[in-house]
Formats: sequence, C-alpha cells, structure tokens
Amino acid sequence: MKATDIIKNGLIKENPIWVLVLGMCPTLATTTSAKNGLCMGLATTFVLMCSNVVISLLKSLVPDKVRIPCFIVVIATFVTIVQMVMQGFIPDLYASLGLFIPLIVVNCIVLGRAEAFASKNNVWYSFLDGLFIGLGFTWALTLLGIVREALGAGSFFGVNFIGGADGMLLFILAPGGFLCLGLLMALINHIRNRKKA
Amino acid sequence: MAKKAESSLKNMLLALTLIALVASLALALVNNVTKGPIEKVNKEKIAQAVAKVLPAYDNYTVDTVMVETKKGEQPMVRYTAVDAEGNLVGKAMESWDDNGFGGRLSAMVGFDAEGNISGYEILASSETPGLGAKADTWFQKDGKGNVIGMNPATNNITVKKDGGEVDAITGSTITSRAYCRMIATAYSAFNTEK
Repeated sequence: MKATDIIKNGLIKENPIWVLVLGMCPTLATTTSAKNGLCMGLATTFVLMCSNVVISLLKSLVPDKVRIPCFIVVIATFVTIVQMVMQGFIPDLYASLGLFIPLIVVNCIVLGRAEAFASKNNVWYSFLDGLFIGLGFTWALTLLGIVREALGAGSFFGVNFIGGADGMLLFILAPGGFLCLGLLMALINHIRNRKKA
Repeated sequence: MAKKAESSLKNMLLALTLIALVASLALALVNNVTKGPIEKVNKEKIAQAVAKVLPAYDNYTVDTVMVETKKGEQPMVRYTAVDAEGNLVGKAMESWDDNGFGGRLSAMVGFDAEGNISGYEILASSETPGLGAKADTWFQKDGKGNVIGMNPATNNITVKKDGGEVDAITGSTITSRAYCRMIATAYSAFNTEK
C-alpha cells in the first residue's frame, strides 16, 4: 500500500458520503449552508485524524474484547475537546452547529475507520487515512451545502446573489436535503463510472 | 510488531482504566483552558442582549422572579436597569415559551419603565428556517409584525387570528402564538414585585 493510494481512497474511491454512504445524519442535518457543511467536515476531520493516530498507537495494548469501548472513549475525548474549544473561541459557529458536534462521537465514519483501518495499520498510514477520509467527508458536505444554500437561500457562503427574492425553502429543509444528496450521489457515481469504462 | 494483548480480565481492566484515566486528564486540562472564554462569551451574549432590548441605561441589577407557566411556577431571570440617578429605565427578562413549532423559543424581552415593549432578541429557537425562524426580525420595529412600543396592559398582544393586534408571521401561526405568550410571561415578570 502506498500513501497516494490512501489519499485517493479517502477523497474519491472510498469517499464516506458518495461511495460508502456513511454518516448520513450529520450530512443531511448540517448542510443547510455551505459554511456549516465545511465546518462540520473540518471538525469531523480533526476528530478522525486524532482518533486514528491514538488508536493506531494503542492497537497492540488494547485487548480485543474491550476494543470498542476503548475506541469510543478515545473518540469521545477528542469530540469533547473540539466542542469545548469551539464553544469558547468560535461561539457563532457553536450556536449553529451546537447539537451536532457531540454527535460526532456516534458518527459511524469515525468508529468505522478506527475499526477497519487504524487498528490494523501503522501510525503514519492511520494519520493519512484519517486526514483524507475526513477531507473526503468535508468536500462532500461542502458541495452539498453549496448546492442547498444556493437553491434554498440564494446565497453562496452567506453572500446573497438573488437580491430580495426568497429562495426555494424546500432545499433548506430535510426533504430538499434528501433530494440534493440523491441527485449529487447519482451524478458523481455516473462520472466515476464513465471514467472507469 | 508487538504481539496483541490477550483478552484476560487483568488486561481488559488495565486497558480500560488507563485509557479512561488519560482521557479524563486530557479533558480536565482542556476544560481548564476553555472555562474562562466560555463564561466570558456567555456573559457577553447576555449583556449585549440586555443592552439591545432596553433604552439607554447606566447600570442594571439581576434577580430571579417566579412566573406562572403551564408547568407551574418557574424562575425567570430579570435585569432591572436604572439611570445615573437611580430611576427605573426598564426591565429585561430572559423569557421563553415551550410550545413553539420546534419546542422551546426563548428571547430577551425588554420593557421601558411604563411597560411598553422596548425591544426583544431571540436567544434560542428551533423554529423552521425561512418560516418561524423569521421571528428574529418579524416583530422588530421595521418588521411586518412590529410589536415595539405596544404595552401589554393596553394592547392585546395576541395574533390577529385570535382577536389580537399582532400580525402573525406568514405561515407560522404557531411560532407567532408562542412568541406572544412569551411576551405575556415576560410582562408578568415585569410586574412582579421583588
């Protein structure tokens, strides 16, 4: 395995949203705007990176039967750190993402990478895997956020481009989230398939 | 590569205990660093909200009064503002209503000395984006459902559908009703003596 494989894997080949379809709850809930999607993605990336490194370091010390509780404690610790730092230093962001930050603990991407990758690979690879799976998650969330915000609120990263008119509210709400997610997923997989053929 | 630790009782206990210890130590450290800023941010948020909803004042005191709600008597935080001579300028209440469209709707509601609504600022809401969430601007002075200057003693602060004087947010009657009840609760705290 090479480092470039891990990078490609995270960003495209095993992208957690478009290909693995993991972590759908924060995906739909936080992508009401591009900024929220981007920040949620970055917070998750940080947690993934740290937990992957620590779990990879601990892998030979942790007995198999208690590995899941151990992983969860490690993940929860990093999530709580992110939450406290965000609350103290970026309160505006905390106000809009608040509820979904603690939920990173139960995001299946994080535990999934710990179980499937970090507990079997060395620290350097685990770090790379965490970073790039996280960035893969981030770009997917940001793209979804950009599309939903553009259609729903008529703005791009908070900058309004349709003047006084109202956007299509549907796309900010949950049903629009599902629609956008499905259509984007179809489009991206179509592009990937065409490249393969 | 080191051999994997066996799943014996001793190993499991050791591993879990050690990890939990290190995790709590790390959290305690981070908490130490962020405790100050978090408190400061929360205090500033409240102070800004009080300043925004009341006429100009010199100082304010904080107390808690009991208000009648659907769930019985509950405490509400009240900020009593005075000018340099000690005359009452107004009072601001951290008011709320639990029956908004998405649950609790809470706001800082300010009244001047006569009991006229001088301003409000939504503190927390889970109303629908684009509909009920408009409550943060709708009832302001330049909003369509302006309530600023109304006095609950003389004006009927309920939505027009219910026979009152307030224009409800289009498509969000439930949010608007919750908003009106929240004003009423705040006004009862305004009138409560010490």
